[in-house]
Amino acid sequence: MDPSTRGGQKMMDVPRDEHFQPGHPACPGCGAAPSMRLALKALGPRTMVVIPASCWSIIAGAHPFFSLGVPLLHTPFLSAAAAASGLKAALEIQGDPETLVMAWAGDGGTFDIGFQGLSGVAERRTDILYVCYDNEAYMNTGGQRSSATPLGTQTGTTPGGKPEEKKDLLNIMAAHGAAYVATATLAYPHDLLAKFKKARETRGFRFIHLLSPCPTGWGFPEDKTVTMARMAVESGAYRLMEWEGGGWRTTHRPSFQVKVEEYLGAQRRFSHLGPMELREIAHRIASHWEEISRGDKG
Amino acid sequence: MRRAPITIQQEGIPEEAGLVPCILWGFSPSLILPWFPGYPSSMDERRLLLGSEALALGVKLCRPQVIAAYPITPQTHIVECLAQMVEEGSLSPCRLVTVESELSSISLVMGASAGGARVFTATASQGLALMHEILHWVAGMRFPVVLANANRALGGPWILYMDQTDSLSQRDTGWIQLYCASAQEALDMVPMAYRLAEAHVLPVMVVIDGFWVSHTMEPVDVPSQEAIDSFLPPRKDEVKLDLENPQALGAPSPSDTFYRIKQEIQEEMERVLEAFPGYAGEYRELTGRNYCAVEHWYMDDARVVMVGLGGITGTARFTARRLREKGIKAGVVFPRVLRPFPAGELREVLQGREVVLVMNRALSPGMGGQLTQEVKAALYGLPRAPRVVEWMAGLGGVDPVPLAMEKAVARALEGEEVIWTLQPVGARR
Repeated sequence: MDPSTRGGQKMMDVPRDEHFQPGHPACPGCGAAPSMRLALKALGPRTMVVIPASCWSIIAGAHPFFSLGVPLLHTPFLSAAAAASGLKAALEIQGDPETLVMAWAGDGGTFDIGFQGLSGVAERRTDILYVCYDNEAYMNTGGQRSSATPLGTQTGTTPGGKPEEKKDLLNIMAAHGAAYVATATLAYPHDLLAKFKKARETRGFRFIHLLSPCPTGWGFPEDKTVTMARMAVESGAYRLMEWEGGGWRTTHRPSFQVKVEEYLGAQRRFSHLGPMELREIAHRIASHWEEISRGDKG
Repeated sequence: MRRAPITIQQEGIPEEAGLVPCILWGFSPSLILPWFPGYPSSMDERRLLLGSEALALGVKLCRPQVIAAYPITPQTHIVECLAQMVEEGSLSPCRLVTVESELSSISLVMGASAGGARVFTATASQGLALMHEILHWVAGMRFPVVLANANRALGGPWILYMDQTDSLSQRDTGWIQLYCASAQEALDMVPMAYRLAEAHVLPVMVVIDGFWVSHTMEPVDVPSQEAIDSFLPPRKDEVKLDLENPQALGAPSPSDTFYRIKQEIQEEMERVLEAFPGYAGEYRELTGRNYCAVEHWYMDDARVVMVGLGGITGTARFTARRLREKGIKAGVVFPRVLRPFPAGELREVLQGREVVLVMNRALSPGMGGQLTQEVKAALYGLPRAPRVVEWMAGLGGVDPVPLAMEKAVARALEGEEVIWTLQPVGARR
């Protein structure tokens, strides 16, 4: 099935309104920038965004420039979840229950330094949407290990390759009793749009994880961002799924026409690994996702 | 947690020093202390309240819309009282969020303030230290947040008792700091804090002594809601996220812009000092109680002056009277507003005195008492400047009792420059 026409949808069906202007200072080929563009198309103009320290602190524009069409609060690294929660409370108490508050953080701000605040808002069933765009390392500081960095990845602080596996944040968020948890990536825009729309309509705590390929950090040509995201999904290195309380549901079945080793081998960050190591890492990643999607009825 | 008794060693209890040994830390005041209806005064209602309850009542009168609550001794009563008020509906409309850390409590009120709400949170000690990064952010972003801090020392080792290391360590963050010496002041400084915060678009920290004020019951005149409403208009939204006018708050700034932002904060701080007597005058009209940036007592002919922050100035007033009975002309000065520091007023008050004994309850190791530094800086270049003597009056609950204070004054008059109490007195457990 051609993913660009999944469910009978075509590019024509993508909302035309823009809440993200061109001219922003993201790196060429950045996956995080078009992810926000798509997200805001689904969420619409009644949205306020809270962004902690991340690449997006830059992409949103340095004063006096501003690349978003919706209000934005920049916060310190670990504050996004709690600040979003406060903003939501302020809007509600002033008679505006409708405006969506979205915290938008990188993997460092979500898996690591912002994790406590994220757990707090999830546990309190705070009525916000928390989005993690995951480029799998601290990319704004040039690429250092986070707990979202996959096993074996070479980064500035793991020059020999990361010895640990990626933190299983998705199950952690589901275990918090989140109203909605989903994964998405920009290579599957209709899937991403549908999930953000569902998040918009859901009340309670919502969490969306976006795989966000990073050409400079991962080491691939800057015109291959979408290809890389697609290879991740089709190889089974990343799965498109959602959780609405009862269990995980796959929203797009991988074709397995690409091997995980091929996806990993296309990136400089795994170039120090031999074929045996790549195969081992590929096996672990694939079986992790197999485990998550086991029992999936979708 | 098991509640062990606390032993206090004391050498004389001054009546207004907040030294009533009422350290019932750990209990819930709402359980054992119903609102105590005292006798009414002309416009206020008089109640017997803990300092923390008085402060919470001050917060209620200011109609906050979003409160972040997280417990820490000796502040916990404040957020417990507010939670009770929200539960009962006497504080409404208000959203109280029970967060999972002080990092989140300050981050949450920051977000709520960015959304236009009037906000409050309270903390102490380790909690205030944990907030440090966000305190800078709140001030730099000019969010009019009001925070109460009940002074407590910072570990390690573990220490529950009062000193001012927590709040004085935050003096450079860009927050206005107002200190309180009694339960009455703990209540009155909250409306003053919101007035200053919203008029000058700066965050304000209301600081009370842990235990000596927070856990001490005193009669408090509670202003009427009408009085506070007329003193404190609803918040004007100078800095706010707005769907109609989407802007980014806190975006990366060019260096020259950042420099101007800091310059503006410094200039606004100076305006706060100029404006303080005006707000205090309005408050006096409504309540009959007068507050100054620099409070002072027995200063007409004082030759030795004890300078301190908060409850210690109550002990100092008692000690000054005792010293005067012995023929030593002693006075007391309390710079209630620590930031912006009222250096000009302090110079006026202290010029021509013989000795200034600075009573420190916070230490900057390697330099000395932080309050000493402030006072010395204020007096720099002053003709007929007094000799400034540093006294480490109390750290970690070491209690500057009147006898110790008298001895410190005697040692200062004998010419000592830096005084550490020889036999410190305080809680033992």
